[in-house]
This record gives sequence, structure tokens and C-alpha cells, in this order.
Amino acid sequence: MMNGERKVFPLELADVCFASGGQRIIENVSLAIDGGVRTVILGANGAGKSVLMRLMHGLLTPTSGEIRWCGRSERAAAQAMVFQRPIMLRTTVIGNVAYGLKLAGVGKEERLARAAAALDRVGLAHIAKRPARVLSGGEQQRVALARAWALEPLVLFLDEPTASIDPGGAQKVERIIGKIAAGGCKIVMTTHNLGQARRLADEIIFLHRGRVAEYSPASVFFAGPRSPEAVSFMKGELP
Amino acid sequence: MSPLRRTLLAGIAALSLATAPALAEDKFIVVSSTTSTEQSGLFGYLLPIFEKKTGIKVRVVALGTGQALDMARRGDADVVFVHDKAAEEKFVAEGFGVERKEVMYNDFVLIGPKADPARIAGGKDILEGLKKIEAAKAPFVSRGDKSGTHAAELRYWKAAGIDLDQAKGPWYRDTGSGMGPALNTAASMNAYILADRGTWLSFKNRGELAIAVEGDQRLFNQYGVMLVNPAKHPHVKKDLGQQFIDWVLSAEGQQAIAGYKIDGQQLFFPNAKR
Amino acid sequence: MNTLIDSFYAAVGLIAAGESRLAGIVLLSLRVSLSAVGIAALFGLPLGALLAVGRFPGRQVLLVVIDGFMGLPSVVVGLLVYLLLSRAGPLGPLGILFTPAAMIVAQTILITPLIAALARQIVADAWAEYHEQLRSLGAGPWRASLTLLWDTRFSLFTALLAGFGRAAAEVGAVMIVGGNIDGVTRVMTTTIALETSKGDLPLALALGLVLIALIMAVNIAAHLTRHWAIRRYG
Repeated sequence: MMNGERKVFPLELADVCFASGGQRIIENVSLAIDGGVRTVILGANGAGKSVLMRLMHGLLTPTSGEIRWCGRSERAAAQAMVFQRPIMLRTTVIGNVAYGLKLAGVGKEERLARAAAALDRVGLAHIAKRPARVLSGGEQQRVALARAWALEPLVLFLDEPTASIDPGGAQKVERIIGKIAAGGCKIVMTTHNLGQARRLADEIIFLHRGRVAEYSPASVFFAGPRSPEAVSFMKGELP
Repeated sequence: MSPLRRTLLAGIAALSLATAPALAEDKFIVVSSTTSTEQSGLFGYLLPIFEKKTGIKVRVVALGTGQALDMARRGDADVVFVHDKAAEEKFVAEGFGVERKEVMYNDFVLIGPKADPARIAGGKDILEGLKKIEAAKAPFVSRGDKSGTHAAELRYWKAAGIDLDQAKGPWYRDTGSGMGPALNTAASMNAYILADRGTWLSFKNRGELAIAVEGDQRLFNQYGVMLVNPAKHPHVKKDLGQQFIDWVLSAEGQQAIAGYKIDGQQLFFPNAKR
Repeated sequence: MNTLIDSFYAAVGLIAAGESRLAGIVLLSLRVSLSAVGIAALFGLPLGALLAVGRFPGRQVLLVVIDGFMGLPSVVVGLLVYLLLSRAGPLGPLGILFTPAAMIVAQTILITPLIAALARQIVADAWAEYHEQLRSLGAGPWRASLTLLWDTRFSLFTALLAGFGRAAAEVGAVMIVGGNIDGVTRVMTTTIALETSKGDLPLALALGLVLIALIMAVNIAAHLTRHWAIRRYG
């Protein structure tokens, strides 16, 4: 059920910098990210992971440098993002899931059907009519995932998706991420949780103070990181 | 639609229906008049009689005489009904009014505290009364609002030979307000004040005030009525307005005016010329 | 103190008698102020939302102006609307001076800045919470405004009630543009002013108590709504 033959990859960042309030947060980041693999951006708190993700997704504009999707400079369509704290509108669960489809111009009957299907995939079909804001954090995050999934994105960005959730809920979320990836959607995720990175990553971008310190396949990275900052991080010496 | 929303909409619909009078189809005129005629209750008594006879509703906007005339100059009224002969004649001379007709008169009374610091109670001479008040520097409340009553007050001071600009002091309180509020102020300050008998009789918050001077011929207060000139303001309802004026001047209207009483006392005396 | 006690009994008596003139005055007051709130909401809510969400040249100036106009003296608004609607003025031919329509116009002008400023605050707070997710999903400023207006509907309802309170309690504007005409443009506040000036203080106070009760009821409705909404929707 993928959206046609549109090519959006590789996602290239060319010498991207981002500064805000006089502070340099991202410095000279150059990357080329391909589709298909699950990319995890790892790093200590304050390394700039969230900002880097927002630059990729288009929520922030680089102060200098370029971001290109398959050579084109306009923002790719069919992206979605899930945030650390799930944002729920004051409406029902299914209303929240259908909202993204409504923005995309999908007709009422079709969007309710797709929303219901997405809720079913995340295991929340039984509470479709409940007000979304009274749910637990874990349930809300699953609703957010359903909302993103219903859009059939080519790329899904996730910013510390389980940082605010209990372990049981976190497990469910990770399983859903796996299912989404299995459906052919590219996953780009940030985390500072090593265990989660080990479980989910195919490749690691290690960020330290706004710079890419290392970019390698997960197996290579976890066997033995090359950069000293990554080594310290793995030993638990960085926050 | 949630039940809450439904109830709200129903409520608003009901409210609109309940309060929308059939305004569009009524015949009506706007009469600018004074607070004294409104607050004495004369119009409340008189207008239903006229309306029953002709089906014309009369909407009275009650301001001071000066304001009433200004409002008519702007074209916001069809008929003017006030009590300041000089100002009315000027209004006609300027071309804003068609013709001035005398309707009725009442009289002014000089009100004062029962304690009577100026020693004028029971007097029959308004000019003497004012002279004594000025001499004693007793508190006096003026309307100060270009009303017919205010204009009369200023005439009396002048006739008494008192130059207000010189004589004014803390004893003379210029409130810039209508008859009712000025009486309220006088009651709470225990001050003297010139009022029309009609408003005084229907005024309920008298405190320690009572009539000090009355009966002087000079206290006679003439009311006039004028149609606003359609030549200046073409939208003026001249036929309906003229009907009102004709009725008020007719035997029936004049009798109705005489028929208005408070506690058995007649307030206004019809004197239209035949 | 006696006047207060007299008034209380007078008020109860008036209400119990269900006096038709009193009913007419109360209904007219409600009609004028509710209509004003309705129209002010139509203009003020979208304006507030756009100010919260949009970024355009002159936005800061508009913000300051609207916040400033929240406290417009009602008598000044009345005077300005009178000059507009007078036969001698630009909108004279409409012929609505000294009718309830003029009163609705004046009160609408009076409370639109208030509603816009409150809506701006409410929507801005929600925007701060939602903006990344909404932009991620592809909502532009217009779409986001509509979504936020619906999402904050309960807080906005409270803002509307605040506007109603301000409109129902004012006397300066409706007195000037309405003319306080018996049976046509006489509302609660202008009746209170009139009865006070006639020295009939117990009656004026009685009407005042009815007006206060009305506004209190509106405020209680606001509180209950917020409570219910938070419990139901979180």
C-alpha cells in the first residue's frame, strides 16, 4: 500500500548548521541517509538530537547548509512525526487518528475506515470512542503512532517516543515501530536509551555537541565504537 | 451535535422569537423632549391616549432642552417638545423648525433644606430668594446642562442683579446633570435648587428638602412644540409628526394634559392658542 | 441600610409578580447583549486565533491596539457610534439610531476587543502545546486556527461569557445610542439609571439585584462548564 513510485531517498544534509539565541546547536552536519534501514540517532542529553530531527522533518530551517530529498530541495511529502509527549486534541481517539487524514483531504467515510484500521493495528480499537486526553501516556503514544501510520508515510520520525512512558507501554510502542518498519516505512528515531537503540537500530548516528561523531551500522557500533565520545557514552560517562 | 450545543441553539432561538417585536411595520415618530416631561410621568400618561387614537407610536428621547434641540438639528428627531422660548425661537429662525406652538405651562419652584440657612421659606419672590441665598452663600445646586430649567435659572440670577461669574464660589455647585440627579445631589448636600414642579412632585428621594419659594409669576415655565423642518431633513416623518402636534394642541390633547395629576395635583396647564 | 432592605423586598416582589414590563426589560437586555456577543464572537474569535498563530507584518501593533481597546470606556464607544449613526453622520440613512440595532452595534464594538484578546491568549497557550504536531501533520495557519478554536471551545465559551458580562453591565453606550425609550430601547442598566435619577432608589436597587443575579448566573454557568469539560475531555 505504498504511495506510488515516488523516490524521496537519500535524505541528504549538506553542511547543515543551526543556531538559536546566539547558541550553536548543530554544527556542520553532513549526512546521506538511505531508505529501508532503521536509523537511530544516539547521543547524550543536549547533544542536539531533537533539533537535528526537527531539521530533517522540516519543522526548523537550517541557519546555513542544505537539506535535500533525492536531490530536490523541497520538503518531501508523506512524512510523519511522533513526539516525546503525545499531543492529543480534545476529541475522541478515532477523531485524533482521523485528523491527519482530514488535513490530507481524505473524505469522511474513507478516513474513518482507515483510522479504525490503524487503531486496530495498534490494539486500541476497543477505545475508539473514548476522549483521547483521559488515556494513559502509553495509550496516547499508541494513538499518536496510529495517527502517523494511517497517513501511510514513507518516513516516520520519532523523537524519544518512550521517554515519558512506563516500561510496559514502552514495549508495546517498540513492537508497533517494528511493525511500521516492516511495512516498508523508513524509521528515523532519537533515543538516549542504549538498550532501546540495541533493540531497534539497523544503523547509528552518534551525535556529540551538535556534530556527527560517528555514523555506522549498529552491529559495528555496538561491537566497538571508534570515536572517544561514543566510547565514553557507552561507558555511561556522558549524561 | 452535542446535546449542550442543541440546548444552547434552542435557547437563543426562543429568546429571539420572544423579544422581537414587530417593529418593522409600526408607525412611529421620534420626539426629542426634556427630562422634566419624561420623569414627571406626563408622557407615560399622554402617549397611550394618542397611540390608541391614531395607532402612531411615539418614541421619546429625553434629554435636556439644549441637547434635545441639538439632536433635532442633526435630524435625529421628528418633533421637538421643550421649554426654553428663546432657544426654540432661535431654532426656528435657523430653519431647523417649521413653527413654534405653545402647548402648556407649569411652574418652577425653589426647593431648599428645611433648616433654611438663607431664611427664605414661604417666600413669593424668586429674585429676593436668590439674592438671599447668594448673600448667605448657602449651598445651591445648578443643573448646568443647557436645559430649559438651567436657562431659566440663569435668567433669574441675571434679573436679580447677580453676576454669577463674580459671585460663584464653593457654595454654587454646577453639576451638569438632569433634574433627577441634580435633586438627588441637592438632597444629599442639603442645598437649594430650582426645579420644575412636575419633577419635584414625582421625586421620591427628598431627604430634608421642601418647597421654599413658589407662586411668583416669573416662575411660569412655557413649553413649546415644533416639527423638525423637512426642508432641512427630508427623512423627517412630517405627516405623522404633524398629527402628533395637531393632537397635542387640540381640545382633546389639551384636556388630556390637564387630566394628568399626581396625588390629586395637576402638574401641567394647557395653554395652546386657538 | 433601610433602602437596601426595602430594595431587597421590592426586588423579590417585582420578580414574584412577574411584572410584564420588567420581563420585557430583562428580555430586551438579554437580546441586545447576547446578539452583541454572537457578532463579537464571529469577528473576535478568528481574529484572536490568527493573532495567536499567524506571523505577519503589523501583528505586534495590532496586539497592542486590541489589548488597549479591551478597556474602552463604554460612554466613548456610545458617543462614537452615535456620531456614526446620527442622521448627520455617515451611516444615518440606515435609520437605526434609537433602536435595539444601534445598541447591539455599540455593544459589539465594545466587547469585540475583549473577546479577541482573551481568545488570543487561550489559543496562544494551546498553540504552544500543539504547534509542532499540527505543523508536522501539515496544518497551515488558517487550518491550525480552526482546529485550535474548536479544541479550546470550553475556554473560549468562558471568554464569551466574560464578554456577555461586560455588555450586560454597561450603561454608557446603550444610553446614548438607544435613547432609553420606554418600551423600545429601555434595558436593565438604563432603567436603573432612570429610576435612580427619579429618586426611586428602592426600585433602582431592586432592578440592580436582578441584574446582579443574572450576571452571577452567567458566571456560575462558566464555572460549571469548565469543570464538566475538564472532567470529560481532560
